[in-house]
Amino acid sequence: MDVLDIARWQFGITTVYHFMMVPLTIGLGILLVVMHTMWVRTDDPEWLRMTRFWGKVFLINFVLGVATGLVQEFQFGLAWSEYSRFVGDVFGSLLALEALLAFFLESTFLGLWIFGWGRIPKKLHLATLWAAVIGSTVSAYFIIAANSWMQHPVGVVADDATGRPVQVDFLAVLTNNTALAAFTHTIVAALMVAGALLVGVGLYHLRRRKLAGRSPEEIDHRVWRRSVRIGGWVSLAAFVLVAATGDWQAKLMYHQQPLKMSSAEALCETEAPASFSIFAWNKLGSNECDDVHSITVPGLLSFLAHGDFTSEVPGVNELQERYSEVYGATYPDDPSRFGNLAGEPVDYQPVLAVTYWSFRLMIGMGAVSAGVAAHALWSTRRGRVPTSRIGVYGSLAAVGAPFVANAAGWIFTEMGRQPFVVVPNPDVPVDEQIWFFTAQAVSPGVTAAEVWTSLGALTLVYGVLAVIELGLLTRFIRSGITAGDTSTTPPIGTGRDDDRREGPDGGAGGAGGGRRADDDVLQFAY
Amino acid sequence: MDLQTLWFAAVAVLWIGFLLLEGFDFGVAALLPVLGRRTADRHLMLRSIGPLWDGNEVWLITAAGAVFAAFPGWYATWLPALYLPFVFVLFGLIIRAVAFEWRHQSHDPRWDGTWTHVITVGSLIAALGVGAALGTTTLGLPIDGDGIRVGGSFAGVGWAALLGAVAVLAFSLVHGALFLALKTDGDVRLRARAFALRWSPVAALPLLTWAGWVHLRSGTPVTAVLWVVGALAVLVTWARIRVDHEGQAFAGWAVLLVSSAATIFGAAYPVVVPSTIDPAFDVTIADASVSNYTLTVMTWAAAVGLPVVLGYQAWTYWVFRKRLTAEPQHEDAPRSGEAPAPSELPA
Repeated sequence: MDVLDIARWQFGITTVYHFMMVPLTIGLGILLVVMHTMWVRTDDPEWLRMTRFWGKVFLINFVLGVATGLVQEFQFGLAWSEYSRFVGDVFGSLLALEALLAFFLESTFLGLWIFGWGRIPKKLHLATLWAAVIGSTVSAYFIIAANSWMQHPVGVVADDATGRPVQVDFLAVLTNNTALAAFTHTIVAALMVAGALLVGVGLYHLRRRKLAGRSPEEIDHRVWRRSVRIGGWVSLAAFVLVAATGDWQAKLMYHQQPLKMSSAEALCETEAPASFSIFAWNKLGSNECDDVHSITVPGLLSFLAHGDFTSEVPGVNELQERYSEVYGATYPDDPSRFGNLAGEPVDYQPVLAVTYWSFRLMIGMGAVSAGVAAHALWSTRRGRVPTSRIGVYGSLAAVGAPFVANAAGWIFTEMGRQPFVVVPNPDVPVDEQIWFFTAQAVSPGVTAAEVWTSLGALTLVYGVLAVIELGLLTRFIRSGITAGDTSTTPPIGTGRDDDRREGPDGGAGGAGGGRRADDDVLQFAY
Repeated sequence: MDLQTLWFAAVAVLWIGFLLLEGFDFGVAALLPVLGRRTADRHLMLRSIGPLWDGNEVWLITAAGAVFAAFPGWYATWLPALYLPFVFVLFGLIIRAVAFEWRHQSHDPRWDGTWTHVITVGSLIAALGVGAALGTTTLGLPIDGDGIRVGGSFAGVGWAALLGAVAVLAFSLVHGALFLALKTDGDVRLRARAFALRWSPVAALPLLTWAGWVHLRSGTPVTAVLWVVGALAVLVTWARIRVDHEGQAFAGWAVLLVSSAATIFGAAYPVVVPSTIDPAFDVTIADASVSNYTLTVMTWAAAVGLPVVLGYQAWTYWVFRKRLTAEPQHEDAPRSGEAPAPSELPA
């Protein structure tokens, strides 16, 4: 493989990995805000326990998201310096604003929340969590605005001398319709991740407690039950919204990146009305559209693309020809910019199997998750506790489903825009359009050996960290609701600004002194 | 002042803010095996930076983000030229971050001890690496006329990188010790004080050498004055820590950093990546900058956002302003050595 391919694998691996932590941070953060707010409003100890248990799960996960996010920022410069030069006028400022307006908020206030239990007034302490979660959400907006600009570059004109985009309308970049659709889609998808976790873990503990003969009157029982109910309803509601926002995004994409969508459907020839493919197979290893056979639903694709059952949807073959005419049948013959691909034909069709199957995996896993949530709500109705091994462990396994759906969605949208890294905006006249091939984006001075080294090292470190994180999460989750606290009674009653708590115990547990008091705050914190 | 110059200054301020804040948590982490003789001492040291390190690290993300945002030509020349060194820095930052958060997941002392070592190692890597990177961007990288590195993966790692690495680490060590002297009580405080007293004059030398070098190459009378201020600040630090005025010593050491870094950036201006091959290949702010429109947008965003950030970060330091002690049962005993005036704490 040459530098381009290795760098693409590196970006893909590090990004998908990073995006395992991110949706949980966003989704669980939002639910945590609800739990903590409810506790402050009602003084109900169940809400406090929920806040502390799920808060600790949140924190174990959060830090890995932060750590892997660092790699994301730097690798634009490290491996993709030509891309960074090309898009610098738009893209860099979004990253910088993300750091300035969101990351500071997130990390500073999360630190205050972690160490602020019992040290700052109760309502102010709640406000720190709000601020941190608002920070996460705002950061999602900026980074998605940056990504959406690559999918649909708005608010720029081409520089006469260099051909690079020059920003003329920052507001247009921020209100890019692609960004609005992708942001809402991402946030509700993150809520599905959090909902599935609450359902799976809650059911597991409910079942375990029932089999052990524990009384449903105990507070822990009520906490787990409430987790399942909240998680289930959040998952279901989020699934409806995921579908709605996904439909919105798809309709935009049929216009902005028709090849991505036709590839997602393995639609070779232009059809009117166009049919939706349910299952397709092709000759092994072939990326030729005509080798694909498909089971279809007539007319459905026209509806998904345009809202009626008759409109024409262009096929891959026709689009490929159209793109070749406008953007060139071959890459410019300039090895200094295009490396091995200089002068080679451009394949405007994304890898068919990847786009087709990642699209279906995304939808399928989302549906699985919604089904599990509906089942959990049904089986816990009016105080019931399901004890079926398959049902409960199935729900626990299904915690992974929305993670897979999220990853598949990103793989789909990023692989689907190839061979472009910045896709031309069809709303702009062709001679004023801006586009950039992935082949010309890679850093010219960096060697394959260097990128192999970083890819190997990062993958290894990420793998080790994944094992540790999963181990820690599993162990903590199994140990149950009071694991966040050493005392059996709910800690820190009042949240008064009590000077006594400024001591070495840091004020979290207030758990009767003792040798471990030193670490009590940290026990919650970490 | 034109916008490019303003943003050069803004980037410099962000790097200085990063070194000033993360510098002490790098330092505290690196000093764990030196000053933390007992487990309780090491826990105390870690607790002093626990609520702060993550917020401090965002200064790095923002500084790098501002380089990308305002000067993509700088970002796209500097990072790939130091590809593997930067990856190494990222490695250090990653293991350090997770170690901070995961170390409390088990009461097994071996688990805790291992992660404590990881924090030290990660912080050492990060401090050295960031220093090396800043050293080369102010003293020179082997880049050709297209901004592409010449001479292989480690061509950028020479004297400049070494000087920058040592300067940042040495600064951080004393900075961390002074922070501990200010924030803790008991044995750690005394040892930290002694460390700062012994090492501050030596630890300032690499930083002053670096600043002096850049000044001699392309300095102005202003940078000369700044350099002298930095050198005097070392004397002040040393004199104040001798008489146990920890807050003033901490402030003096901060002045050393601010003046030296201002000397470095001021003298380097307007070059952002000097070429060691031919000065004609130097990347300047004019070559590297984005459009005036984008700089204007960012200026407004920073003018609104930065004061707010400074405000709430200052508040965090205020909330956690009390001295920490290692003895768990101290509550019933009268406390020795009251907390310093909060105004002495950095914001």
